[in-house]
Amino acid sequence: MIKFDGVTKRYPDGTVAVDDLNLEIPSGQITVLVGPSGCGKTTSLRMINRMIDPTSGVITIDDEDIRKKDPADLRRGIGYVIQHAGLFPHRTIIDNIATVPYLLGWDKKKARATAMELMERVGLDLKMAKRYPFQLSGGQQQRVGVARALAADPPVMLMDEPFSAVDPIVRKSLQEEFLRLQSEMRKTIAFVTHDIDEAVKLGHRIAVFQVGGVLAQHATPDELLANPAEGFVREFLGGEKGLRRLRFNRELESMPDEDATGEVEAAER
Amino acid sequence: MNLVDQINQAWNWLTTSAHWSGADGIPHRLLEHLGYSVLALAIAALIALPLGALIGHTGRGGFVVVSFANLARAVPTLGLLLLVVTITSIGLTPVIIPLIALAMPPILVNTFEGIRGVDADIKDAAKGMGMRGPGVLMKAEIPIAMPLILLGLRTAAIQVVATATIAAYAGIGGLGRYIVDGLSRKDYPSVVGGSVLVVLLAVAVQLLFIGIRRTFVSQGLRGSSRTS
Amino acid sequence: MTPLADGEPLVRWSWIGDHTDELTTLTLHHLKLALLPILFGLIIAIPLGIMCVRWRWLYPPTLGIANIFYGLPSLALFMLFIPYFGIGSGGQADFTIILPLTLFSLSVLVPNVVDGLRSVPDPVRQAATAMGFGTLRRLVQVELPIAVPVVIAGARVAAVASISLVSVGVLIGNGGLGQLFIDGYSRDFTTPIIVSCVLIVVLALVSDGVLVTAQRLLTPWARTRRSNG
Repeated sequence: MIKFDGVTKRYPDGTVAVDDLNLEIPSGQITVLVGPSGCGKTTSLRMINRMIDPTSGVITIDDEDIRKKDPADLRRGIGYVIQHAGLFPHRTIIDNIATVPYLLGWDKKKARATAMELMERVGLDLKMAKRYPFQLSGGQQQRVGVARALAADPPVMLMDEPFSAVDPIVRKSLQEEFLRLQSEMRKTIAFVTHDIDEAVKLGHRIAVFQVGGVLAQHATPDELLANPAEGFVREFLGGEKGLRRLRFNRELESMPDEDATGEVEAAER
Repeated sequence: MNLVDQINQAWNWLTTSAHWSGADGIPHRLLEHLGYSVLALAIAALIALPLGALIGHTGRGGFVVVSFANLARAVPTLGLLLLVVTITSIGLTPVIIPLIALAMPPILVNTFEGIRGVDADIKDAAKGMGMRGPGVLMKAEIPIAMPLILLGLRTAAIQVVATATIAAYAGIGGLGRYIVDGLSRKDYPSVVGGSVLVVLLAVAVQLLFIGIRRTFVSQGLRGSSRTS
Repeated sequence: MTPLADGEPLVRWSWIGDHTDELTTLTLHHLKLALLPILFGLIIAIPLGIMCVRWRWLYPPTLGIANIFYGLPSLALFMLFIPYFGIGSGGQADFTIILPLTLFSLSVLVPNVVDGLRSVPDPVRQAATAMGFGTLRRLVQVELPIAVPVVIAGARVAAVASISLVSVGVLIGNGGLGQLFIDGYSRDFTTPIIVSCVLIVVLALVSDGVLVTAQRLLTPWARTRRSNG
C-alpha cells in the first residue's frame, strides 16, 4: 500500500504543484490519478519513486518511509511506464526488457528467459526479441515498456499516461490486455491519465485532482458516477450529459461478453 | 623560450614604429590581405549563392553538390595554390583563382542545405497563399535559410583569410609575408608578430559575422544547428 | 616559367614508380601528424563535453573558445608553437604540428560531444533514472552509446580537415606529404605536387570511410538518415 501523508510540493517560484495530499493507494489494485493539466497528478506519481522529492509530508510504501532507501535501490523495485516508453534505442528488445534484472545482477540467461516470457504475456511476437526499438510500431513499443517494467516482478507499478500516445484502436486493445495482466498479477498500481473514460474503465479507485494540486474526490468508479462532488468534479466529468455517457458506457462494459476478456472484466467489477 | 618571452617578443615587434610604415608596414599588408580576401569572397559568393539557391529550390543535383563539397574539403589548399602557380605563372590572378575556388564549396553547400531545409509545410503555405516560384524563394525560403547562408559565408571568409595567409609563399602580399619572410630570414619576432596579427584578423572576421547575424537574422530563427 | 609549354606532361608517371619509398615514408608520417590530434582530441573532448552537459554554465564560454579556435588559420597556430617544440621533422618538433591540430580538433569535437549527449531523448534518460541507473552508469551505458553517431560525425570533419592542414606544415619543414609541394614548386615540376595532393585527398576519403564504417558497426541500432557528411 502506498500512502501520502500531508504531502506538499512547492517550487521556488511559488507554484504549488501538490497541496497537502492525503491519499491511500490500496495494495493489489489500480488507482487512477486523473485531472486536467497542472493538477499535480504526474508530480504526485513521480514523488513515489523519488524522481521528485516533496517539500513537506511523508510518503510510505507498506509503512516504510521511502526516504529510508537509496533512491536508485528504491527505483529498482518499482516498475515505471511512461508515455513514450523511453526504450533504449541502442539495445535490442530483449535486452531492453531485461534492463532491471541486469541491474540487479541476475544471471544473464535467467534474465533473458524471463524477458522472453514477458514478451509472450504482453502479446509480443517472440521474433522481435533481437530487433531494435526503431523497428517497432508505437503500440508494440508501449508493450515493450510494460514488459520492461514487469521484468523484475516489482510489487508496485507507476504508469504515467502509458497509452496516450497511440491511436484509439491500439489504445483499446492495450487497455484490455493490461486489465487481463493485472487480474493475473495483482500489482499495486498508480496510473495517471487525463482521460476520464480511461480512468473509469481501468480504475478500481479514482482520485480526481484539480488545478493547484488539490485532491477533489477519491472514490470507486461507481461511487464517483453516482455522486460526483459538486463544482469541479461534476464539470470535469462532463456535467449531466457527460455523466450519462459515462454511466451508459460503464453498463455496456459490464455486460457479460462472449470471449474470455469480457468475462474477466465483468468479474473484475 | 617561455610564454612570457614570446609575448614580450611579439609585443616589441608590434609596437616598433618602423613596422607601421611603408610597403612592408602593417597597415599596407593588412589592406592587401583584406583586399585579396574581400575580392575572392565576393566573387565566390556571386557564383555560389545563386547556384546554391537554385539547386536548393529545385532540389535537383543536391547529392552532387554535397559530395563535391565534401571532396573539396579534403583538398590541401597550399598544394592547389602552388600547382596553379606552377602551371601558369607567379602573380595575383593565379593566386586569386584558387582562393575563389576554395571559398565556393562552403557557400554552395550551406546555401543549398539552408534552402532545401526549409520546412515543406512553409513552402506549401506560401504557394497556397498565391506566391509563385521566385516569390516563394525570395520571401520565404531565403529569409528562413539566412542562418545557414550566413554560416556558409562565414566559413568561406575564414577559409579565404587563412589561405591568403599561406598564399604569401606563392609571392603575393598580405600578412602572410611576415611569416614567410620571417621564416626564411630566421626573424622569429616577425613570424610571431605576423601570426598574432593573422589571429587578430581571424577573430575580427568572426566577430563581424556574429554582428551581421544579429542584424540580419530574424529573432524567431535564432538557435540553428552547425553544418559543415 | 610554364613547364607545360616545354612539353612536360602534368604527371610524369615514372616518377611515382621511382619514389615509392619516399612516398610511403611521407604518407605514414603524414598520418601520424594528422591522426594523433584526433585521438588526443577525443580523449580530452569526451570528459570535457560531459562536464559541459553536467554544468550548463560551462558550455557558452567553452563553445565561444571552440568557435574562435575553429576559425584560426592553422599556419599562424603552428608558428606560435615553434618556440616550444622547434622546427623540422621528427621527435619533439612533431608537436609543433600535433598540438595546434589537437586544439583544432577539440574545437570540433567538444560541441559534437555536447550535442550528442543532448540528443539522448528525454524519455530515455527519465526511464533510465526511474529504473534505478545511477548517474555514472547511465552516462556510460545509455547516454554515451547513444551519442556515438554525433561524435563520430565530428571526428570525420576533424579528420578530413586535419589531414589537409598537416600539409601546411611544410613551411616549417614538417608537412608530411606536403613536402612534395615545395619540392615540385621549387623545381617547376608539377608531378610531385599533383601526386601528393591526390594522395592527401585519398587519405582523407579513406579516413572518412573508416570512421563511417566504425559508426555503422558500433551502432547497429541507428537508422541511416542522409548519407552525406
